Amino acid sequence: MAIGLHDSPFKNPVIRWIDRRLPIFTMMQKEYGTFPTPRNFNYFWNFGALAMVNLAIMIATGIVLAMHYTPHVDHAFDSVERIMRDVNYGWLIRYMHMNGASMFFIVVYVHIWRGMYYGSYKEPRELLWILGVVIFILMMATAFMGYVLPWGQMSFWGATVITNLFSAIPFVGDSIVTWLWGGFSVDNPTLARFFSLHYLLPFVIVGVVFLHVAALHITGSNNPLGIEPKGPQDTLPFHPYYTIKDSVGLVVYAIVFAALVFFAPNFLGHPDNYIPANPLVTPAHIVPEWYFLAFYAILRAVPDKLGGVVLMFGAIAVLFVLPWLDRSPVRSMRFRPIAKWAFLLWTVNFVVLTYAGSQPAEGVWVTVARIATAYYFAYFLVILPLLARLERPLPLPESISSAVLRGGGPLPAGAAAKPMEKA
Amino acid sequence: MIRTLSAAALALGLLFAAPAARAAGEYDVPPPANLSFQGIFGTFDRPAAQRGLQVYRQVCANCHGLRLVAFRNLRALGLTEAQVAAIAAEYQIADGPNDEGQMFQRPGRASDRFPSPFPNERAARAANNGAYPPDLSVMTKARHYGANYIRALLTGYQDPPPGVEVAEGMHYNRYFPGRQIAMANVLFDDMMEFADGTRATAEQMASDVTTFLAWAAEPEMEQRRQMGVRVILFLLILGGLTYAVKRRVWADVKH
Repeated sequence: MAIGLHDSPFKNPVIRWIDRRLPIFTMMQKEYGTFPTPRNFNYFWNFGALAMVNLAIMIATGIVLAMHYTPHVDHAFDSVERIMRDVNYGWLIRYMHMNGASMFFIVVYVHIWRGMYYGSYKEPRELLWILGVVIFILMMATAFMGYVLPWGQMSFWGATVITNLFSAIPFVGDSIVTWLWGGFSVDNPTLARFFSLHYLLPFVIVGVVFLHVAALHITGSNNPLGIEPKGPQDTLPFHPYYTIKDSVGLVVYAIVFAALVFFAPNFLGHPDNYIPANPLVTPAHIVPEWYFLAFYAILRAVPDKLGGVVLMFGAIAVLFVLPWLDRSPVRSMRFRPIAKWAFLLWTVNFVVLTYAGSQPAEGVWVTVARIATAYYFAYFLVILPLLARLERPLPLPESISSAVLRGGGPLPAGAAAKPMEKA
Repeated sequence: MIRTLSAAALALGLLFAAPAARAAGEYDVPPPANLSFQGIFGTFDRPAAQRGLQVYRQVCANCHGLRLVAFRNLRALGLTEAQVAAIAAEYQIADGPNDEGQMFQRPGRASDRFPSPFPNERAARAANNGAYPPDLSVMTKARHYGANYIRALLTGYQDPPPGVEVAEGMHYNRYFPGRQIAMANVLFDDMMEFADGTRATAEQMASDVTTFLAWAAEPEMEQRRQMGVRVILFLLILGGLTYAVKRRVWADVKH
């Protein structure tokens, strides 16, 4: 591009003046106005936008909370209750932040699920997918450290259990744990650094989200059919079609969020976290927040500590290589009769893991967690690679528009030419 | 089908977040207390909460603190400013240092919080046979089954069934995890008189103090629910309008 003022299409003199020097209006128009988007999105394609909104809510409420919160072992618990009682609408801000974390994981789990079902991770969107996994890992770290901040019993003991996982690393494990803690137990230095990092990481997430969206706007979106748009008849401008469709999803999301915040704010939490942290009293049953339970179940499914830690981190790491494990050229599970059921079973399996993680690690739940862990990995490492060779996919439609206009399925040759004249 | 499935998965996920009860020792699940504030639109029964305040001050406060609640908060229970000031003045609050650098005791003010009965956990344990009476400020949020548990526990004392050995200094209570609790039964019929003429049965006192403690733990509950109704009604209307606009925008597109 030649050096010089940008050739702005805008007529408004103020907008034009800015746009010629810094074409942000042109960019917004291109990326969110006319951006060609497949015309056949279903409501699963709301969840990326919802996650973005949720991140904004978390940062906005979190900044206000940080103004009133005290990261000190003697004051943290009381400062949170101060927010609940004495800060104007502090209870609302704190409950939004607390339940916002759960909403964030619900939204992101659906978003990931959609990517897996419709094959959004496949070529050419591998890097887009990898950036998403990076965001997911950053979210988990942020949520974990945020849960420690109220300094209740589950905060303290959750932090102790999770940081102790690193002691499983051979030779240097104990040194690493001491380094993480800033001492010889979870204590004030741990709380202070968790607060610092909990404030930092969301902005790192914003940065990676920017890359995630930038990559998306290079490849364009996947869609429920998993075939690329072939021309303008297959796409619609993002605005107004998907701005309004995302708005519908946003309101539904807000209703669920409001129901939690206003009518069941502690439903997803654990009552023990309203008991101030006490290093001398171990809770009978230490559990992480619900969104970590599946991975917690995998951790506990292995009798060996190091093995459990490796499997737990492996359960997330395997997502990074998913694009290369699943070599089937067909993206959407709609056209993969066997993989579809293997994946739906994987989904149920994930829910089972979550439930197993909430139960004491004894009796039948150990067996259940082991079987479920085995299937979790088998899906990625055995089933998908095999199906890429063995499965016979259903015929793909010629194009998005042909499938949409005829109600799905492949068309006989030539029928797409005048689709409207029949019927 | 996929939508139904995912909705079901979501609902299940939410369900599973429910506490894994009975992790520590066996106990009976407390029955529903059916108090005024329970249920989605419930509010605190003011006379009950005021009686509960009396029960707390005359019975519970001997061992349990309420350190997060300020006397001024009691206005929310319908007490007048003068009544709040009178209650506060009955307490001695440590203050200082004064101009001579000395700490001193003074009568409480509305802005003070309830002083705790023991200076620290060690002192509390020393005075209670090694057991630590927890602060009650957020108690209904800090136990599985919340208010139901508190009310059931207070009325759950009974003789141990045959064959059950109760340890020295412990008491049998079927709602406490492990069924043996250091706290003794403290509520007895007619042990106090309520100004409003309600008869102070153990059941009555247990229900009233539970109402009071639920308010102490969640003083924002009524405002929260009122706001919730307005927010959700607004969102339902907004959702209807948004959906109508969406239909309109998409009307001439086959999809």
